[in-house]
Amino acid sequence: MKSNKAKRFFTLQRKYLSIPYIVFLVLFIIVPIGIVLFYAFTYEYTDPVTGVKFISASGQAFLNFFTSWSKWNVLFVSLFIATLTTLICLLIGFPLAYFLADKKVNKNVVLVTLFIAPMWINFVLRTGATRDLLTWMGINGGNHPYIATLIGMVQNYLPFVILPLYTTMLKLDKSQIEAARDLGANPAQVFTKNILPQAFPGIVSACLMTFMPTMSSYVISDVLSEGKITLFGNYIELEFTNKAWHDGSFMALVMLVFIGLTMLISQKSSKEGKKEGGSW
Amino acid sequence: MVKKIIGKSYIWLILILMYLPVLVLIAFSFTESVNIGQWAGFSFNLFPRLFQSKEIMIALGNTVLIAVISAMVSTIIGTMGAIGAYYSKRRMRNALDLATQIPVVNAEIVVAFSLTVMFVFLGKIFKAMGGDSYIFSFWTLLIGHCCLSLPFVYISVKPKLQQMDPSLYEAALDLGASPTQALFKVIVPEIMPGVFSGFLLSITLSLDDFIVTAFTRGSGLLSGSKNIETLSTLVQAKIKKGPIPPEMRALTTILFLLVISAVIGITIYRHHQDKKANLAKRRVG
Repeated sequence: MKSNKAKRFFTLQRKYLSIPYIVFLVLFIIVPIGIVLFYAFTYEYTDPVTGVKFISASGQAFLNFFTSWSKWNVLFVSLFIATLTTLICLLIGFPLAYFLADKKVNKNVVLVTLFIAPMWINFVLRTGATRDLLTWMGINGGNHPYIATLIGMVQNYLPFVILPLYTTMLKLDKSQIEAARDLGANPAQVFTKNILPQAFPGIVSACLMTFMPTMSSYVISDVLSEGKITLFGNYIELEFTNKAWHDGSFMALVMLVFIGLTMLISQKSSKEGKKEGGSW
Repeated sequence: MVKKIIGKSYIWLILILMYLPVLVLIAFSFTESVNIGQWAGFSFNLFPRLFQSKEIMIALGNTVLIAVISAMVSTIIGTMGAIGAYYSKRRMRNALDLATQIPVVNAEIVVAFSLTVMFVFLGKIFKAMGGDSYIFSFWTLLIGHCCLSLPFVYISVKPKLQQMDPSLYEAALDLGASPTQALFKVIVPEIMPGVFSGFLLSITLSLDDFIVTAFTRGSGLLSGSKNIETLSTLVQAKIKKGPIPPEMRALTTILFLLVISAVIGITIYRHHQDKKANLAKRRVG
């Protein structure tokens, strides 16, 4: 009886171990997002008579966003760069992951580690290295901002594409591919009707790992385009430097909506993937 | 055969392209020219110059300090969080799992911006109460870095708890261990691999971070009364004005050697583990 009581007391105690974690998450993750929401739908005004500054509920930040051509431009350029980066990364990464996972081509797991290893060298330093090399080759932010930025993005996000694709490629059902071949499918058909659907979950997670981070990146676009290309991340940073908390919060909110949308898509596809036997 | 040649050359081509910028920096770390692309004679001078550069050494020190401190804090709070969640009611556990996902999927810039907005807001409240309105310091930076790494500790510890044999803990209690002893002598050793990988992940995330550092830093650590400078923020400030400073090319060489030795170490370790597993298999067979 006594030990039972002690046990019950401790099950309570073990549960309480998560209190610091919960407090941290609430204070520094959930409350800040709440404050961003609050700032996004309020605005700071100066009373014309007394000159006192006050905050009031307002759709000013919303209006500022949707009526400003430059902000629409930031949105379009971000979507454009993010889409292109994701596509290029997939085009390079898909065959790469396929070859890496194919035992006939590569038996060496170290090679996979080598593709991930650049991530351990400081990211800003790597970006600077890419810029200096491109400048040496005659491609700089001054004359080719888009090309320079895209090269930098692909260079940085390729490992994030290779990893999920490689893990799905390892799980490819080889007998299915052979069966398709035996039944008379040509190589193009084998690829579109068999390999691609099998690798689909990996492709989705690869897209997620590149698309949003590219849209919201700051350093790569800032350094490689020499400030000529403004992505979402750069604009939020600009609002931060200008201490424009309300407009910045609205930008952050737009970003959060995008993130929410991609999460919904990924959850849907991972549910479909599970039906077929698991995703990344 | 043809496929093998094409595959191999493709893998190596992409690998070389990915490492090219770093390799070029390394090549030019043995000459003292200002820009890469100009060779000013072979010399090792950049290496002593690197260690004499107070600015870089302070930034390096700060980077390591903040990485180790934030990783330790995150590992302790995150591990406790995962253990607590594992023994909580299902609804609580699901809520915690969901809340953990928020910072993982969130864009770094949104994490940084929302934290900053909150700190500014808190500053306004402090000012209204008669305090200082500027609260950015080492502590705000630490909170920022913990926001990045904490969820990853939770995520890496959680599966280890699920794999653990729950009767082990009960057995320890039956054999007379106190609940605290059972926690430290049974549960903690069982989940140690997860805790360790969470710690390493935290260090990596903190070392590489730029945005959160730039937004949430204040004065402190080795920078004294100036804004805390980490390697990322220092390099960013330098490359905004011009090419990568020559001393940092030497730093790249050193970092590259460290990474390569880590890769070699991991490979040897894996090989060793595989051998052990094979031996065990044969014995069972």
